[in-house]
Amino acid sequence: MSDLEPDLARDGPDLTGAALHERLTAAWRREPGFIGWLSTTDHKEIGRRYIVTAFVFLALAGTLALIMRAQLARPESGLISADRYNQIFTMHGTTMMFLFAVPVMEAVAVFIIPLMLGTRNMAFARLNAFSYWMYVFGGIMLWVAFVLNVGPDAGWFAYTPLSGPEYSPGKRVDIWAQMITFTEVAGLSAAVVMATTILKQRAPGMTLAKMPLFVWSMLVVALMIIFALPAVALDSGMLLSDRLVGTHFFNPYEGGDALLWQHVFWFFGHPEVYIIFLPATGFVSEITATFSRRPVFAYPAVVLALIATGLLAFGLWVHHMFATGLPRLGYAFYTAASMTVSIPSGIQIFCWIATMWLGRPRFQVPMLWVVGFIVTFVIGGLTGVMLASVPLDLQLHDTYFVVAHFHYVLIGGAVFPLLGATTYWFPKFTGRLMSETWGKVSFFVTFAGFHLTFFPMHITGMMGMPRRVYTYPAGMGWDTLNLLSSIGSAVLAIGVILFVLNALASMRSGRMAEPNPWGAAGLEWATTSPPPVYNFAHLPTVSSRTPLWDEPGALPVMSGLRVDQREHLLTSVIDAIPSVREPSPQPTMWPLISAIAIGITFVGSIFTPWALVIGLVPAAIALTIWFWPKNSAITPEPEIS
Amino acid sequence: MRKACVLLLLLALSACDGRQSMLGADGCDGVLFAGLWQVFLVVTLAFYVVVIAGLAWAMFRRREGGAVSVRTALFAWIGAISVTLVALTLASWFADRNMNRESRPPLTVEITAHQWWWDVRYYGADGPSDILRTANELHLPAGVPVRVILKSSDVIHSFWIPNLSGKQDLIPGRTNDIVITPEKQGLYRGQCAEFCGLQHAHMAFDVTVESPAAFRAWWARGLLPAQRPVTPLQKAGYAYVTTRECSTCHHIEGTPASGLVAPDLTHLASRRSLAAGSYPLDRGHLYAWIADPQGMKPGNKMPYIGLEPQELHAVVAYLESLK
Repeated sequence: MSDLEPDLARDGPDLTGAALHERLTAAWRREPGFIGWLSTTDHKEIGRRYIVTAFVFLALAGTLALIMRAQLARPESGLISADRYNQIFTMHGTTMMFLFAVPVMEAVAVFIIPLMLGTRNMAFARLNAFSYWMYVFGGIMLWVAFVLNVGPDAGWFAYTPLSGPEYSPGKRVDIWAQMITFTEVAGLSAAVVMATTILKQRAPGMTLAKMPLFVWSMLVVALMIIFALPAVALDSGMLLSDRLVGTHFFNPYEGGDALLWQHVFWFFGHPEVYIIFLPATGFVSEITATFSRRPVFAYPAVVLALIATGLLAFGLWVHHMFATGLPRLGYAFYTAASMTVSIPSGIQIFCWIATMWLGRPRFQVPMLWVVGFIVTFVIGGLTGVMLASVPLDLQLHDTYFVVAHFHYVLIGGAVFPLLGATTYWFPKFTGRLMSETWGKVSFFVTFAGFHLTFFPMHITGMMGMPRRVYTYPAGMGWDTLNLLSSIGSAVLAIGVILFVLNALASMRSGRMAEPNPWGAAGLEWATTSPPPVYNFAHLPTVSSRTPLWDEPGALPVMSGLRVDQREHLLTSVIDAIPSVREPSPQPTMWPLISAIAIGITFVGSIFTPWALVIGLVPAAIALTIWFWPKNSAITPEPEIS
Repeated sequence: MRKACVLLLLLALSACDGRQSMLGADGCDGVLFAGLWQVFLVVTLAFYVVVIAGLAWAMFRRREGGAVSVRTALFAWIGAISVTLVALTLASWFADRNMNRESRPPLTVEITAHQWWWDVRYYGADGPSDILRTANELHLPAGVPVRVILKSSDVIHSFWIPNLSGKQDLIPGRTNDIVITPEKQGLYRGQCAEFCGLQHAHMAFDVTVESPAAFRAWWARGLLPAQRPVTPLQKAGYAYVTTRECSTCHHIEGTPASGLVAPDLTHLASRRSLAAGSYPLDRGHLYAWIADPQGMKPGNKMPYIGLEPQELHAVVAYLESLK
């Protein structure tokens, strides 16, 4: 080792502390100001943006839910018209599924996964930025259309032929289908980025068998997205071409088939549910381990359960179609498959409870959300077992029982863990801790409001109330139950508002967080809260699943990455053996400009197919500049004597 | 605790049986459904209690000691879930096999769904002259299996009488069917269960399950042509209905009104409700409906006609006579 050279280009024993921080910051920071803000490729900035945007859509779709509950609070209510109601329930479902639930899980992962893996940025950092822009443009298009009274009104599932050209004239369903295209592009981009990052950028020594469980869940989810989303892209593409250029994919009178839509849609739609749920199980695993002060019990069983769920999810779609008159022997297969998927979920539930049993649990706010999750989600899982049975489903299908079921699974099973994870990782997002007191208040209010809203719906459904009705007659025995649900929805809204206010207040004046405020084991807690722009001064190396617990004091690190340029380390897929140093892209406006060009093409194609032809030109130019080889950027590396 | 309350509540509900409740067990399938439902409810409830008890134990147990092998417990848990799921799958399979069993039901009804009403035809033994056409109502003889053939003229709908049976979709381009065996006489309500557009909420129908004798009498009456108008007002209404806008869409057997795209009116006044279960059928609602159909059920296919008051009185008087 020589004495310090001014142009020493790699971190190492000679370059540490403030000098290293200065150089890494210089290499990884973006331009300040608005242009820099638009150009960023930093996964933390994109992740925070993604999370905030997803929560905005949650608030919008939640407001729609409150309007629906106000309408349904009493029978024969004239508060909103049938037309407005149908738009509202379609927007609620579409926004929640496509603009909140899936994106928010990806968003948290975009922020936290590189930190959990001990790397400096996501793979394909510009594609990551592009993903966010496509997502937000799709959401803006949908909501602007809704405000202009062109909001889709055929349900978030848009069954043909109701959504076809004859029964949904106008542009409403086109807006819906094109919003799908936007979120497909965004979701697939994020999934590719995610899978690549997880497989190639893990800290040296973090073999597949030592990955944190949240990372495992996101790996499974990223692969599921890659297989599931093309199905709905195909489906909405066929619908658009039926509507816009007069094909007859779904027209039974011209050789098409009305049911084709449902098969392809649910081939995506059922995995979609697990794409939302599996990341949540990852949150639960992380929180349970930290607050039980021991690793999750039976790690291999939990990993296998995640993979099994991911595979089984593709074999269940017909249970959404038991009433369509398909052969009954075929139904039996899907009943069995749907039942089977509760085995991996049961294993995970057992492992979390066993972790608490074996550990010494502390019931701070994130852990309360986990307990709330188990208490709530298991009800949703068990009603799911009921719905897997053909004779029960033929009654329960399309009633409020199903509405109750999937809100138990999606709110109890995904949103509760999400709010827990938000509290848990809040120090990493903002550098501060959320208020414990207000966290507890918001948990209990949300929990009570949730059950008051959705539990009565089981009974409303059994008493024969169908879904998606804008009003209902008096005297059916549904009045009181609906009123209870409506009151509950207000309580639930107060709970969520308290949570958000707590987050906003804590962001400004919460207690400053040290690097590892919860005493957790994962690599994301090895860096400061919030992390520096380059994440880790030296890349950590890992020899166990719980590095911070097994290496108290100083985490072993490796050095040797360039500090004068953005560079990250690629490791091998299975064993995470360091293999290549790779440059990480600079910030640039071109992902945003490409997203604008492609977005204009997508929106234009609603009005004329020529938009596709014309729009390809600016899109191609933008993408070409984005991917133009940057030989000049590779400067010769200064030698270390 | 919560589930226990619900169990009690549901049992209480099944006792009070509404006219649109799946726990009524008023049909052959309904009985099987209620039995299967109870099996699933008890089993899932038991699992829920186990999970919550385990969670509570894990949260609050005293930390010293504890010689339980968690590994063994995991295998026992997986075994218990698997065995239970196999049992539930089999129970579901056998219940399903026993539903819809009758292969040659003596009675066949064909229902064609439209946005947003139900066109109903009963097929008798004597060919075309024996077809009874009605709308938005079903009369069924108790204890007799009936095959309901299900078609759609526009979008996907779903046929559902919760008290009698599960649901079955009506899909354009396909023909589905469902066999129902109503057991208990009574008045029930069915409703479209698949979102079918603007007025999906107002697409219901009335179901009357009666004795076979009463059913035969209803059928015989239904095959008769419409009542002739008697009073001058009825005659004026007859003249309007059969010569003006109404007859282009509506059919009234035995009169020149022979439209095929709207509900049959031959025995309108014998029905219980109006506009596919939207309103009770009485004079006030008939007036309101004919005067302003778009105000009563926005978006439905019946246009605003703009009748003069005298014409309105006459049309209502005539329609009221169509028993």
